[in-house]
Amino acid sequence: MDINSVPQDNSTTYAKMQKALYATDENGKLKTVSSTGWEVEELVTTQALDDIEQSIKDAYELVKSGKYSPLYYHMYASRMDLVVLSQSTGFFQWTIKRDFKPEVFSKIKQKRLLEYCDVLGVSIEDIKVLPKDING
Amino acid sequence: MGEFTHTHHAHCESGVISSMLRHYGLNISEPMIFGLSNALNFAYIPFVKIGGMPLVAYRSIPKAIIKNIKKNLNIDIKLETFSNIKKGEDRLDELLAQGKIVGAQSSMYWLSYIPNEMRFHFNAHNILIYGKDGDEYLISDPVFQMAVKCDKASLSKARFVKGVMAPKGLLYYPTNIPKDMDFRPIIAKNIKQLSKTMLRKYVPIAGLVGIKYLANAILKLQNKDKRYTKLFLGHIVRMQEEIGTGGAGFRFMYASFLQEASELFDNDEVLAKSSKMMLEVGDQWRDFALLIAKSLKSKKPIDLKLISDTLLEIGKNEAKVYKTMLTFKANI
Repeated sequence: MDINSVPQDNSTTYAKMQKALYATDENGKLKTVSSTGWEVEELVTTQALDDIEQSIKDAYELVKSGKYSPLYYHMYASRMDLVVLSQSTGFFQWTIKRDFKPEVFSKIKQKRLLEYCDVLGVSIEDIKVLPKDING
Repeated sequence: MGEFTHTHHAHCESGVISSMLRHYGLNISEPMIFGLSNALNFAYIPFVKIGGMPLVAYRSIPKAIIKNIKKNLNIDIKLETFSNIKKGEDRLDELLAQGKIVGAQSSMYWLSYIPNEMRFHFNAHNILIYGKDGDEYLISDPVFQMAVKCDKASLSKARFVKGVMAPKGLLYYPTNIPKDMDFRPIIAKNIKQLSKTMLRKYVPIAGLVGIKYLANAILKLQNKDKRYTKLFLGHIVRMQEEIGTGGAGFRFMYASFLQEASELFDNDEVLAKSSKMMLEVGDQWRDFALLIAKSLKSKKPIDLKLISDTLLEIGKNEAKVYKTMLTFKANI
């Protein structure tokens, strides 16, 4: 890529940061150039972020309706899914799924709860409840 | 030892290593690190999932750059991991107190300076810690344009996160770095090795065969629902462009390595030509990303055949670069 064709699209997903790219200058020499973003990259990152956002909203409603325990919401709010939560805690997926049931989660052992708190970065008071609003 | 200066790099791991070695007096560029550690690659691993999507990688596995540089340049870099968080924290302070700069593996999600838009559970992000200011660590994150800071609690969380590619508090630092080195024999050896690895046929998921495998998987999306198809295609581009440096970015960096290598061999023509070819392949990877982006935005049905064929074409062109590289004869 030529230095002048390095995209400078001020992508929102770069959060005002810049990325370095190797591109050729007028003498054909490759060197790093800062880019403020690329439309293409912004599109797919936004797609992924929207997908996460949607999962969090869905989870919020499901917990609110009493179908799932607050753990289910906190998992998505920490940008995780069942696979990542299982890998991070070392708990089997099926045991985590059990904890998604409100009646099982309300009787959860302290030690297990603390492990969830640690991995999700949520306090022991907060993990037991659904925040008042979705960004809370 | 002079004061540490932060440099903006294209990729975290090669950036950390080149910053580190330059600080200790060995003048080596990021592309040279990338080339000499054989870091370029391609892999499509459908049975390893990231966020529910198959792994697509455009370079070698994390930590391979550190390990290969250590081996190929025959220099002393010490790697330490910790089973105890407190010990890992204390060891970092101890090394900094000795005036060392220290590389560390961390999770992008927990580092406090990472903007929300970039916070994902990726546990193999490399950073360079060069000092401490009260309770805050001074950090040179190669992919950021300026030096940053991170509080102790967040840094510990990032270093000791569990799960896939768990860093286990990994710290690394050189113990003995030569000031001068003849890179040419190492270049010659690695160029041959990389070309062979990329061209070999018996590992179905890696190298150019991996590209074919992915092209095939794209065709098979015809049987999947539309939402999955869009997420899958978007995922390929994200893996290519956003995570680290991207598939194209790595090809551009390797082209830069080949250019530097050509200069070291009295402007060797084979290497100069390979560099130009690799640069073109990088551009084609960018066009491929653009094609997918356009398809995702368009209201028309996605032309999976076109996307798959474009990818196959890139694979063929990339193969030509490696075949050209194999004709390189080093006169040392």
